[in-house]
Amino acid sequence: MSTLFKYSSITKKIIMGAFGLFLALFLLVHLTINLLLLSGDGGKMFSAASEFMTTNVLIKIFEYVLFGGFFIHILFGVIVTLKNWASRPVGYYTSNKSHTSFFSKYMFHTGVIIFIFLLLHFMHFFFIKTGWVQPPAGIEKHDFYGLAVALFTHKIYSLIYIAFFVFLGFHLNHSIQSGFQTLGLNHNKYNSAIKIVSLVYSVIVAGGFSLIPLYFMFIF
Amino acid sequence: MDLTLKIWRQKNSSAKGKFETYKVNDVSPDSSFFEMLDTLNQQIIETGNDPVAFDHDCREGICGTCSLYINGRPHGPKRGITTCQLHMRSFKTGDTIVIEPWRAKPFPIVKDLLVDRSALDLIIQAGGYVSVNTGGIPDANSIPVQKQKADLAMDAASCIGCGACVAACANASAMLFVGAKVSQLALLPQGKVEAADRVEKMVAMMDMLGFGNCSNTYACEAECPKEVKVTNIARMNRWFIRSKVGAEKPEAATYD
Repeated sequence: MSTLFKYSSITKKIIMGAFGLFLALFLLVHLTINLLLLSGDGGKMFSAASEFMTTNVLIKIFEYVLFGGFFIHILFGVIVTLKNWASRPVGYYTSNKSHTSFFSKYMFHTGVIIFIFLLLHFMHFFFIKTGWVQPPAGIEKHDFYGLAVALFTHKIYSLIYIAFFVFLGFHLNHSIQSGFQTLGLNHNKYNSAIKIVSLVYSVIVAGGFSLIPLYFMFIF
Repeated sequence: MDLTLKIWRQKNSSAKGKFETYKVNDVSPDSSFFEMLDTLNQQIIETGNDPVAFDHDCREGICGTCSLYINGRPHGPKRGITTCQLHMRSFKTGDTIVIEPWRAKPFPIVKDLLVDRSALDLIIQAGGYVSVNTGGIPDANSIPVQKQKADLAMDAASCIGCGACVAACANASAMLFVGAKVSQLALLPQGKVEAADRVEKMVAMMDMLGFGNCSNTYACEAECPKEVKVTNIARMNRWFIRSKVGAEKPEAATYD
């Protein structure tokens, strides 16, 4: 553990940023499959996709890579933040008035919120699949469509999920452009394009995921 | 102008400090911020008390000596200037101005508003130089340098090392300072030779001194009196990656 703290500041940031970009890309794959829930075919396409995702050997291996990605991103995020807090032991009396993007200052906070959501999300799906959590009555543990319907027809859960997606969007909006900067991929010509991509990507991901609970709340 | 000043007073680095409130009346809007503080200090001296200690030298925005965190912003409310270039017309009569020293673990308070910024010198000493004598001014065009690169190097070199980037950063990170110092040399032929080795040494020193990690809030760029750009941080990151994965260097010069 102490070796991790000894990595240089830039190395830690690069590791955190690179894994963060990897996770951001994964979200797009996750979203694509989830949007099949909206196809209105009684979950046939979605179930076929989830069966593929849960049985294919390569995907199963990738699942461990993904968990590793989450673990490393979170671990380095925490290490970097602890160092940052220690760098200013006595704070200012007046809160900072510098012109900065609002969400860039709250990456750790939105990160913690997303982590809490991740645990909740695992309780609703992944831990049911592994058998650690009992599925709701009458639903088989591999029936992801059934689990999704049972979950999102509860208005409370749907609203909680949407609220979490909003925070995910805020986190993504800063993190994509920030990841590019950390990896040194910053150029006056492309910076504005990167910022736009970052914003559009976060809106697509947060908006796309939010469509699913909205669909089950109002259309299903 | 009549003003209320709330100023951090601290006898020495180990003493416990606190805010003191002072009134200054009849301040000319055309006076500089420091002339206003000089007036205050004259008042304090006349009452037999210890004047407020603050850093200043050239008073024309080129030496990087002045500091002060004024109403939540390093160098005060105006963009692209140092505290010594700030004038009282930026404030209104009746205002309360809160003046704090710059806060960062590597910048210990010496007295009142005066902090020790020699940590920045230590980073320069770690590698912010060209280690051979490059001689006098070369003949024009004997070493071709692209105009754009010369301009970028000049922009980076405009950093006066005041530490406003550290003061503004939510993480007390010195990455804009180090990025500028790495860039000004790496962009030019004489400095490029040692760029990979230099960036590792300077970053290692920056980390050792306890500066935080950049989280790309870009408060540094917003507050830099010389408007040094965060593209310099990205350039430093690029050189750092290059030093780790590409550049050949002697074994003794590798750092974690």
